[in-house]
Amino acid sequence: MIEKERQQLLDELLEKQKQGRLKPSDRFAIPCQQMPQQDAMERKNNVEEVTTGYSETQARLEAMRCLGCKTAPCVNGCPVRINIKDFITAIADGEFAKALGIIKENSLLPAVCGRVCPQEVQCQEKCTVGLKFKDVNKAVSIGRLERFAADWGDKQNEKDVPKIAAKTKIKVAVIGSGPGSIVAAADTARAGHDVTMFEAFHKTGGVMVYGIPEFRLPKKIVQKEIDVLEKMGVKIVRNFIVGKTRTIEQLMSEDGFDAVYIGVGAGLPKFMGIEGESLVGVYSANEYLTRANLMKAYKFGNGSDTPIIRSKKIAVVGGGNVAMDCSRMALRLGAEKVYLLYRRTEKEMPARVEEVHHAKEEGVEFHTLQSPQKIIGDENSCVKAVECIKYELGEPDESGRRRPVAIENSEFTIDLDAVIIAIGNGANPLIGQTTPNLKFNKWGNIIVDENCKTSIDGVWAGGDIVLGSATVILAMGQGRGAAAAINKYFAEKLSERSGDN
Amino acid sequence: MAESGFERNFIFGRVKKMSHKIIHKEQLSENVFAIDVSAELIASAAKPGQFIILAINSEYSERIPLTIAASNAEKGTIRLIWQRLGKTTTELADLKVGETIENIAGPLGKPTHLENFGLVVCVGGGIGCAPLLPIATALKKQGNKIISILGARNKELLILESEFAAISDELIVTTDDGSLGRKALVTEPLKEICQRKQKPDKVFVIGPAVMMKFCCEVTKQFDVPTDVSLNTIMIDGTGMCGGCRVEIGGETKFVCVDGPEFDGHKVNFDLMLKRLNAYKNHEQKALEQYKEHKCKIGLDKKTERKK
Repeated sequence: MIEKERQQLLDELLEKQKQGRLKPSDRFAIPCQQMPQQDAMERKNNVEEVTTGYSETQARLEAMRCLGCKTAPCVNGCPVRINIKDFITAIADGEFAKALGIIKENSLLPAVCGRVCPQEVQCQEKCTVGLKFKDVNKAVSIGRLERFAADWGDKQNEKDVPKIAAKTKIKVAVIGSGPGSIVAAADTARAGHDVTMFEAFHKTGGVMVYGIPEFRLPKKIVQKEIDVLEKMGVKIVRNFIVGKTRTIEQLMSEDGFDAVYIGVGAGLPKFMGIEGESLVGVYSANEYLTRANLMKAYKFGNGSDTPIIRSKKIAVVGGGNVAMDCSRMALRLGAEKVYLLYRRTEKEMPARVEEVHHAKEEGVEFHTLQSPQKIIGDENSCVKAVECIKYELGEPDESGRRRPVAIENSEFTIDLDAVIIAIGNGANPLIGQTTPNLKFNKWGNIIVDENCKTSIDGVWAGGDIVLGSATVILAMGQGRGAAAAINKYFAEKLSERSGDN
Repeated sequence: MAESGFERNFIFGRVKKMSHKIIHKEQLSENVFAIDVSAELIASAAKPGQFIILAINSEYSERIPLTIAASNAEKGTIRLIWQRLGKTTTELADLKVGETIENIAGPLGKPTHLENFGLVVCVGGGIGCAPLLPIATALKKQGNKIISILGARNKELLILESEFAAISDELIVTTDDGSLGRKALVTEPLKEICQRKQKPDKVFVIGPAVMMKFCCEVTKQFDVPTDVSLNTIMIDGTGMCGGCRVEIGGETKFVCVDGPEFDGHKVNFDLMLKRLNAYKNHEQKALEQYKEHKCKIGLDKKTERKK
């Protein structure tokens, strides 16, 4: 469908609507608006964003597919309960500023969430339109519309700074600068508190900057959100490792912080524990992506001093979004062959359907029901091959996914020059080692109550350090919840105090 | 309440971009440099055995780990000593007093376990003498008797001899060519000391991986507990990337959060040596480019004239 045809269709639909003749059957008949994207063969040679976003006409057409269900089941699928129905109606009406305003009531990072949220298992899974077609891919593209509204807002060139309540003199420390921390910092700053954000790296944004690649989430989008925080008066301290530079105890007893939010993420890569995992050319996904994204190793020798091995044949182990990111980054770094090795089948992959689709389009070879059991090195201890074994699916395990069972004598080898292990992250032990009273569960995640409060008074936590490896939106939800709890806690304290006087 | 270093930082408005000014600089040998650089928060938190990660520039620089050779909480400075090898260490050596390093994060790693062991041998090789000095100094303060063995390829490359002399009960210097002290490798006197009537209670070795490997082979024969400090390739230094991983007694450990000090008898040095060389070609390329760039903008000439 070309833009002119789209415009014509939109005009017809709007006319019908004006006359009150627009029926659900008309809405069902609107074709799903495909996301414009860079050609696969072209994009695998650059780091520019893969998808380029809806045009206004496309956005309005897609929004008109929404039936406006009274019960709005989509909202129940959203971890932060965005008023989806209303913002989509606003887009259909061409009122984009209003749409963005509605989203921002609940989500601080629409440009990010519109891009990286797994909508197909959240809002879009519940969409009546998708259910009618018995295909979640035919649901209203809520995520793309969210992104459209956010990008439209950015183009208006005025990033509005939220209103700040009267200053309270309450000092809040936010540890980490990922999605949960950004929201926690913004919401506590909005309540008038004096907020300082601490980041261990020399750049802010957490996993959105070191982990998620540029081609999926442009870094300038994240930077804009950080800029807004600074405009709101949030102080940002980089190169500051809480637990090492100062402990939480010191921040509270010596530096005068009244509250602390811990949002340090799940930064401890898991390895498989197989032979050869320390050979040269074996990377954790974190290391590979950090070199490539944060340190811009794709520009090595031309604007970056951080090297990365430029492999010709590479295997990525895992089936999540991070495994897809690594595979696609490897292609952009010049790999000729990228094999994705996964123990289960594509159906069980935790990665988003869209990411799997993009990876395949770009030429990543999916090898499912296989997993490495040994990495083989050459005389210089560099990776030269990987020995794999084949699997079949057995009975479902406690996660409900069918358990992979190794097939005896099915070993085979693949020649390679690098392996990336992308099988997840554990909890980083740094805060635990230096905060004796903080309670952790057996996986090293911080234990919190329903308001994200930890076992220490005045300390809250959220995101992956609480949830294990989760999503941007869930981290955001927790940052919001924790901030609300922090604000409530101090509002009560302040009113008690004024009551005493 | 007294102002903490943190509060002072805010008052001076430096916290937003805690840039780190070079206060003092010296050249210890042809390729070894030392600076005192302002890093108030790190200086007040640093303990012997810990390290920092620095990136000269936020946009293009790589992140490299360097051990804290000394820290002065009062002045708010830390001392860094490094060897000019690749591009980043060369660029660092080209910085002058008054210039700044954009990013320094730390102190990282677990501090040295200090106690009164009794007789301690401290073995430093080349640039390894720098991180060894604060450890030896602290061990001396704990009441240990210190024998220091310092080794270098030649007289010019030996650093910190007088500093070690001041805190050692016995000091042995070795050079490969005999231009200073004994013409020997450090393993020779180490072995002799292990054979003495009073066997050492503990040995600390810091130096090139190869040297640490052979020292550990010696002390293992005599069953003397030996700690080594490893300096591997790192990015974040907080346990996030796993690039620094080493094999200790068959288990994977991260130098940044589990170390940098380990039981030397359990370290798989051969694998570590290979991992250290992972980017050798890249490093050479980057260094050549940097030198070429310096020629073009005339930086090399400026330094020439100054000499």
